[in-house]
Amino acid sequence: MIRRMLPLVAGLLWASSAFAADVSLLNVSYDPTRELYVDFNKAFAAAYQKETGKSVEIKQSHGGSGSQARAVIDGLQADVVTLALAYDIDAVAGKGLVAADWQKRLPLNASPYTSTIVFLVRKGNPKGIKDWDDLIKPGVSVITPNPKTSGGARWNYLAAWGYAQKKYGSADKARKFVADLFQNVPVLDTGARGSTVTFVERGVGDVLLAWENEAFLAQREFGKDKFEIVAPPQSILAEPPVAVVDAVADKKGTRAVAEAYLKYWYTKEGQEIAARNSYRPRDPEIAREYEKSFAKVELFTIDDVFGGWTKAQKEHFAEGGIFDQIYKN
Amino acid sequence: MSMQSGLAPSTSQLQAYAAATDVSVAVPAPLLEVARIQPVTAPRDLRTEPGPIRFIIITLAIAFLSIFVVLPLVVVFASAFSKGIMAYFAALAEPEAMAAIKLTLLIAAISVTLNLVFGVIAAWAISKFEFTGKTFLITLIDLPFSVSPVISGLVFVLLFGAQGFFGPWLQAHNVHILFAVPGIALATIFVTFPFVARALIPLMQEQGTQEEEAAISLGASGLQTFFRITLPNIKWGLLYGVLLCNARAMGEFGAVSVVSGHIRGETNTMPLLVEILYNEYQFVASFAIASLLAMLALITLVMKTILERRLDEAEVSDGD
Repeated sequence: MIRRMLPLVAGLLWASSAFAADVSLLNVSYDPTRELYVDFNKAFAAAYQKETGKSVEIKQSHGGSGSQARAVIDGLQADVVTLALAYDIDAVAGKGLVAADWQKRLPLNASPYTSTIVFLVRKGNPKGIKDWDDLIKPGVSVITPNPKTSGGARWNYLAAWGYAQKKYGSADKARKFVADLFQNVPVLDTGARGSTVTFVERGVGDVLLAWENEAFLAQREFGKDKFEIVAPPQSILAEPPVAVVDAVADKKGTRAVAEAYLKYWYTKEGQEIAARNSYRPRDPEIAREYEKSFAKVELFTIDDVFGGWTKAQKEHFAEGGIFDQIYKN
Repeated sequence: MSMQSGLAPSTSQLQAYAAATDVSVAVPAPLLEVARIQPVTAPRDLRTEPGPIRFIIITLAIAFLSIFVVLPLVVVFASAFSKGIMAYFAALAEPEAMAAIKLTLLIAAISVTLNLVFGVIAAWAISKFEFTGKTFLITLIDLPFSVSPVISGLVFVLLFGAQGFFGPWLQAHNVHILFAVPGIALATIFVTFPFVARALIPLMQEQGTQEEEAAISLGASGLQTFFRITLPNIKWGLLYGVLLCNARAMGEFGAVSVVSGHIRGETNTMPLLVEILYNEYQFVASFAIASLLAMLALITLVMKTILERRLDEAEVSDGD
């Protein structure tokens, strides 16, 4: 039996190593960007080959933003990380794998595309959901993932909080608002995609709080006759950041390609790919071109309302933080 | 990890679970012994249960099986072929699917081979020799059954992760274990370790050491004794253990998910790919892969039945 298996094993090893590009990068990303990076990688590989004559292969890994950061810390050999929020890359930087000033190394907070949090509702919007206030009405069932494990869920939570704090004028009232909102949440999935599946596939809930790109994707996959996107008048500016993992890129000697890869986001082609995949582009020209694809939403930033990610994380999502206190009751 | 989120992982887990539970139910020799004796010694009153009660019990059992075993299997195949047979094969021919199938076969080949060797050695030592710490060794062999697969995976993260025990040394020497084939193989070996040993120990214990003693007293060397006497005696039990070991190795989700790193086309095994495709709304592709795993489960079941019969026969001829 062993003798029969050896050639098989050898054959498999050979087969899996047969097609190697000149350079290979590993991009460790979060859940909803799967489709985005399939597009982007193809375009970058073509552009890179044209410019340098070298072929580049970009491998992808996707999962919850927090657990992906954890995997990189545990040794997953990512040349670049493209995660849901700056805090997760800060965690990687905290272990010395990424330079502490990573967010200054690329323009616009190292976030080449942005998104926001919108509502996905069932066809005809039977519960008449138009704004954040409609989410805390009795009898409205809201689907959102768990902020402890999901980057998207933290954006959801902070968007709701930011809205309430701006409208009702105090953190106490915002806290009450968010507590009421979570009263209406029947189930907390661990990741954004999990929640989308819960809402779309299993038919649970009246409204899904989702990344704008995720809402568009669900609508594309399942049909406009089934779901509608409702953009609230106000929401949060979500800035998913990107960074080269210095420790890995230097060891593998891939720094130049990795940097070129991330810089490609800031070209017209890169921005267009973001826009096509329903991420809001940063480039004003491309933004104007795709103006009609995105609803007009007044966007506030996490720095405005919460004083940055580190502070927000500590106050709201750390062990025993406000989310824990709210969700217990 | 969003294990809660899909139907798909539950089907693949179901197989892994089925494989696992099969084993705990079907400890070969002694149980079969009991099964053979039962009809003779069982009191006849068992059959005097009133008809309606018998009917209800049987109906309940069948309904339970249909809901929890047959229905999911039907769903897997129905979904896999929902867009026609072409879509089904197109999904399997995708590079990522091919990579996952290759990786799964590779991992199964590695872990089954190694566990075959380890399992025979362990069973040999336990059943043919007396030594201190024997009970402890048996307990250790059973450990992977009682530990949650996720924990089994995490153990390897703690050992081989960059922040783990061997992490710094591995990093310095540029050795990749975690998030690469070796890590996946290690986790799978750990999870599937008990199958071969567990299938052999009762069998070898029952056979005793007389035949080996006779061979040695006639001048056979240790190796000769093993290959001429022991191995032929245990071959059916061995195959049985290998079969179950293989089924679990291919179906393992939890432990592999923790150590895989989910690099597409590289470190995703079939069960992991099922979940990924499901989360990408590629339902046909997801269930196409799941159907392969389901077929593996069915083949395993059939072969298991055949092997059990062989084991049974072997024992009958031994006993007389």
